[in-house]
Amino acid sequence: MNDSHLSAESILQAVAGDAPRNLQRAPLEIRTLKSGALTALTWVMAVLASIPLFSVIYMLLVEGGSRLDWEALTALPPSAFEAGGGFGNAIIGTLVMVGIATLISVPIGILASVYLAILDPNSKLAQTARFLAKVLTGFPSILAGVFVYATMVVTMKSYSALAGGMALAVLMLPTVILAAEQAMMMVPKKMKDAAFGMGCTRTQVIWNVVLPTGMPGILTGVMLAVAGAAGESAPLLFTALFSNYYLSSLTEPTASLSILIFNFSGMPYDNQIELAWAASLVLVLIVLVLNVVARFVGRQKF
Amino acid sequence: MNAIAETVMLDSASTSVTNAVVMDCRIEKIFYGDFLAVRDSRVPIKKNKIIGFIGPSGCGKSTVLRSLNRMNDLIPIFRFEGKVTYHGQDIYDRKVDPVVVRRYIGMVFQQPNPFSMSIFDNVAFGLRLNRFKGDLSERVEQALRGAALWNEVKDKLKNSGLSLSGGQQQRLCIARAIATEPDMLLMDEPCSALDPIATRKVEELMLELKEKYTIAIVTHNMQQAMRVADTTAFFAVDISQGSRTGYLVEMGATRQIFEQPQQQLTREYVRGEFS
Repeated sequence: MNDSHLSAESILQAVAGDAPRNLQRAPLEIRTLKSGALTALTWVMAVLASIPLFSVIYMLLVEGGSRLDWEALTALPPSAFEAGGGFGNAIIGTLVMVGIATLISVPIGILASVYLAILDPNSKLAQTARFLAKVLTGFPSILAGVFVYATMVVTMKSYSALAGGMALAVLMLPTVILAAEQAMMMVPKKMKDAAFGMGCTRTQVIWNVVLPTGMPGILTGVMLAVAGAAGESAPLLFTALFSNYYLSSLTEPTASLSILIFNFSGMPYDNQIELAWAASLVLVLIVLVLNVVARFVGRQKF
Repeated sequence: MNAIAETVMLDSASTSVTNAVVMDCRIEKIFYGDFLAVRDSRVPIKKNKIIGFIGPSGCGKSTVLRSLNRMNDLIPIFRFEGKVTYHGQDIYDRKVDPVVVRRYIGMVFQQPNPFSMSIFDNVAFGLRLNRFKGDLSERVEQALRGAALWNEVKDKLKNSGLSLSGGQQQRLCIARAIATEPDMLLMDEPCSALDPIATRKVEELMLELKEKYTIAIVTHNMQQAMRVADTTAFFAVDISQGSRTGYLVEMGATRQIFEQPQQQLTREYVRGEFS
């Protein structure tokens, strides 16, 4: 006992040259000050970064909350000097077009990412597709609108919800592909080996192991894409345009919250401006609710 | 499932000798790309016995094991020359579907690898895969009992397979492998990630399992080979050709390999003179 104590002391002496006299914190030492300052800096930056988000939500609640009632959610948009009114048709239009976009982009995106992540990750085709998907994430959204205008609106001779959904799908696709690919690549190789070892075909490995295990990540990507699409206005200007009436057919011009906000916020009437605020709040709430639902449905169960 | 039972029955009928060779593995060459990994090794595997593969790192024992159910086919640059005759069929025949081979020859890996599903679903996985028609819960219980895990998990079958300890996860993987009643079990260093107590449980389990299955196990641990294996195959690395190629040095009853090895190299290895 005595011996080991002695030797420990001699090691300390060999290292420090002297036995340590004081092991307490020294608050004024340079290292401590630096560490404290940097910690404070990161804290301040974190607060700064969340200021825009919280101030936007605060503004929306203050400005839009007062007009958010049943009438606003269900009525049709008012004309210039009319009082009251709402944006029920725009809510439905946005939901329908985002729905169409999701139905188009999710199956294509997930199947494409299965190819990129599992079937042949290093092939020329996969490398090209991955590169193009990355390029497409930075694609100006208005160009997606122009593209669909040229291909669908011109040929169908009408602005429509279908064209709007298609334009949003073009914008959602790269986000879905890249997020789903990442999620599938994160599935541990040993799990895939286990499935192959059980005598699974490749399809069964993907269907029974890779997709369920990667589901939370895939859904996160889909939700990011949905949230982005729900707020887009530029691509809808050329494709769905707007309508003052409820949606009755997918091949007619269709209202959307983002275009309504754009139109009403520029008008010189208080009623319309208030409705634009309320519609903005509703748009944020829709994205929030979809997010919570998707997280609940796709949470990692095991 | 019926097909599996049938083959096993047919086999025991046609070869009533208890020590029938289930699998005769004749390797000429195994390549990864241009690299010759294993050469000239013949390993016959007898029914209801445990065969242990031992040898230093890089001697190809895992490669040989993974060739026995065509797991290596998942590596694109893998190339096998030779024959692995399993119940009279060469599993490397072009007409053979590797997926079907793996349903008869189960595998337990070095790292426990349960799926991120419930304990029950993990064990039921292979049964569902084979469209098992009988009583699922009964078979799951039977497999978990077979893997000596039932008492520890019977009250939490709905919990995640990943919530178990390492040793329990490995026994869960064994339960998953035996639930479909395969004919053979390949175990690739199944205890290397486990503590001594869990290792002992898995070893006891192997000795019970050989009543029903034929087992091939790769192990780094010579004591483990002595404890469980009936037959031991010793592989070594040949560096004379400028690359590191594994080959079978000697194979025989475990006792003979450890007590009266015929080869100088085996003698040195089992004495611990190199590893």
